[in-house]
Amino acid sequence: MVTANFLLAGVGGQGTLLASDILADIGLRIGADVKKSEVHGMSQRGGAVTSHVRWGARIASPLCEKGAVDYFIAQEMLEALRWIEFVRPGGTVLLSRQQIVPTSTVYGADQYPADESIFSVVRQAAGKVLLIDARRVAEELGNPRVANGVLLGALSAQMEMPAEDWLEVIIARVPQKHAETNRKAFIVGREKDWAI
Amino acid sequence: MMKKLLSGNEALARGAWEAGVEVAAAYPGTPSTEILENVAHYPEIYAEWSANEKVALDIAIGAAYAGKRAMATMKHVGLNVASESLFYVSYTGVNAGLVIVNADDPGLHSSQNEQDNRHYARFAKVPMLEPSDSQEAKDMVGAALDLSEQFDTPVILRTTTRSSHAKSVVALGERKVFPKRPYEKNPQKYVMIPGHAKRRHPVVEARLAQLAEYAETCPFNAMEMGDLSLGIVAAGPSYQYAREVFPHASFLKLGMVWPMPKRLIAEFASRVKRLIVVEELDPFFEENIKIMGIPVEGKTIFPVVDEFSPEVVRQAAYAAGLVGQPPVERAFDKGALPMRPPVLCAGCGHRDVFWILRKMKVTVNSDIGCYALGVMPPLTATDTIGCMGASIGVATGMRRGDLEFPNVAVIGDSTFFHAGMPALANAVYNQTPITTIVVDNRTTGMTGHQGNPASGLSIHRDMHTRVDIEAVVRGMGVEEVHTVDSRDLKGFEESVKQAIKSNKPAVVIAKTPCVFVTSHPREAYQVVTEDCNGCSMCFRIGCPAISKSDVLDEKYKRPKAYIDPLACVGCGLCFDVCAPQAILEGALKQETMLAAHVA
Repeated sequence: MVTANFLLAGVGGQGTLLASDILADIGLRIGADVKKSEVHGMSQRGGAVTSHVRWGARIASPLCEKGAVDYFIAQEMLEALRWIEFVRPGGTVLLSRQQIVPTSTVYGADQYPADESIFSVVRQAAGKVLLIDARRVAEELGNPRVANGVLLGALSAQMEMPAEDWLEVIIARVPQKHAETNRKAFIVGREKDWAI
Repeated sequence: MMKKLLSGNEALARGAWEAGVEVAAAYPGTPSTEILENVAHYPEIYAEWSANEKVALDIAIGAAYAGKRAMATMKHVGLNVASESLFYVSYTGVNAGLVIVNADDPGLHSSQNEQDNRHYARFAKVPMLEPSDSQEAKDMVGAALDLSEQFDTPVILRTTTRSSHAKSVVALGERKVFPKRPYEKNPQKYVMIPGHAKRRHPVVEARLAQLAEYAETCPFNAMEMGDLSLGIVAAGPSYQYAREVFPHASFLKLGMVWPMPKRLIAEFASRVKRLIVVEELDPFFEENIKIMGIPVEGKTIFPVVDEFSPEVVRQAAYAAGLVGQPPVERAFDKGALPMRPPVLCAGCGHRDVFWILRKMKVTVNSDIGCYALGVMPPLTATDTIGCMGASIGVATGMRRGDLEFPNVAVIGDSTFFHAGMPALANAVYNQTPITTIVVDNRTTGMTGHQGNPASGLSIHRDMHTRVDIEAVVRGMGVEEVHTVDSRDLKGFEESVKQAIKSNKPAVVIAKTPCVFVTSHPREAYQVVTEDCNGCSMCFRIGCPAISKSDVLDEKYKRPKAYIDPLACVGCGLCFDVCAPQAILEGALKQETMLAAHVA
């Protein structure tokens, strides 16, 4: 039985909820008990979005506990920093190299943190950090929306699970016209070594 | 048996279908909205968005009187709106089963207050069930309807944001069909004039005693014995967190949270050495157990505010010496991180409205909806927000209280029909000179773009009848009425000025079409970088499509503006506010690209 706690964090519009639905379905497919938790309502208005996914023999809480996340999938750099306390010591962070600036850094005095300070905290918190050019890969494939496919590919490699379990779920879940691009994105994510 | 991963809300909808519900009504409200959205997928159930929660509950009550199983769903503050109906239906009872799904919001993910609606069950003397996962959510709908029919009572099914939105595995069943129960005229039961109601009250008290007896053997209440040194009473998501933190303890898990099973609790208490309650929000179980004369601890250990989580429960338990292991210490020096609150969408017409109101320096009595975001920086136009429909009454009161500044009420189209109309009629009747701005974006936006009387769109997205706001307002006797597209900034400002100046009850209907409903006529706008002097005026409209570019203005060394072409939807407010005219209008879209722009 694969037991794992996942946290996904992004910004409204980045497809955090779909990516976490896919992850939950993969857990079901391999026979795990699965729980998943997220909060709807504000996600469409550019707010921070998180989703917790848990696989195990029998899961009680739908929320991961702080300091107990095995795989933290951060779809945006600032959000990686915001939720980093959830990663367990020795856990893995999959960090998408993408910045979405909050409006408070535009009209106000807030500063978007520098790359180096983000990397430094993330490295300090996790056992392993992957820095993934998900957005760039997706754009090169002609569709910025498949960035999450790249992240899921990289995650599948970290978990040493067969690609088929993942790809079939992804292809069933994404719009049919984007299925092939998502498959390509997944393969790029899976095959490249992103560790830093 | 087919198994599926369902959210609590999806499971409640499935449960309604399986349990033979035939009529379901709701007003959208986070975290309850998806229940009715999912119910609407089942053709066997009549489903509707009602104008407000009270109307929704009255409809469900009427359907149950008529003899069909019925459901009304709402968020916790929705039950405040519907509470008067809850209290009379407690007295009348039902004919076919009636379940009221109430979704509380501990942690105020999207509400104006935290409130523990378990109190309503005790207050209205009706039973309440509470699921701890999606399987129970589904099963409890059927159980609630059976109880409703067996005990002739409405039943409240309480969820929280967590149990409504968390997903877990559910075994699906088939739909049961029940013959319609014939309606029989029975004024002593259904007409709550004082003489009848007085005779119903003892019936209600007797029913409550019978329900308390039922609670003792209710299959949703169960002892799970483990280590006897610690016994935990819990329900809902709190039970799941407690299971994580106290894996070896003994549990009394309550699925029927009112009335509470006295003998079962006493027996559990007698078998464990130390009894504690783990419950979010109020000490509801704790106080009721104390009333039974059983020593118990709860809120001396666990917080009374905010949502629980595994770490909140563990931290409190560790501090009280209940667990030996502290939470994993994870503290990092991150500096102050910029927050990322929800913002008005790029192209949102409410931005135009608040941009002008801020400039006019009027006091703004606002309401519940996307336009509540008008309080956020940089617009910060709003002075007061209370609850659905409060804007117009509070604005009236501020006028009567001789406020030193001109003030306006701002209310959305859906909220106007929900609870705004009585307050407007009142202002007309009592001749209070207030200006109400109805920000008509043709949708119930904040909860995910549901239809409402102004849009005319049904829950199935069919076009029903649109209720004309201007006709309603004129029909109420408002003489000073302006209808204006908020994109016409000057026209809008002029309308508000005239409305205030009229010194009469006045209404400005600001057409602010939601970008999810219609599109603006132009493509993305563009900054002409060489003309931009970095004055930051466009930064101050708070548009998420506009950011600081890496290019600095040579004279002032200020960052020039950049418009993200993928995020910009072509509203043109930045163009309107740009003094150096450094923004280029987007090209006009083809006619076919435009939906019914401001119908």
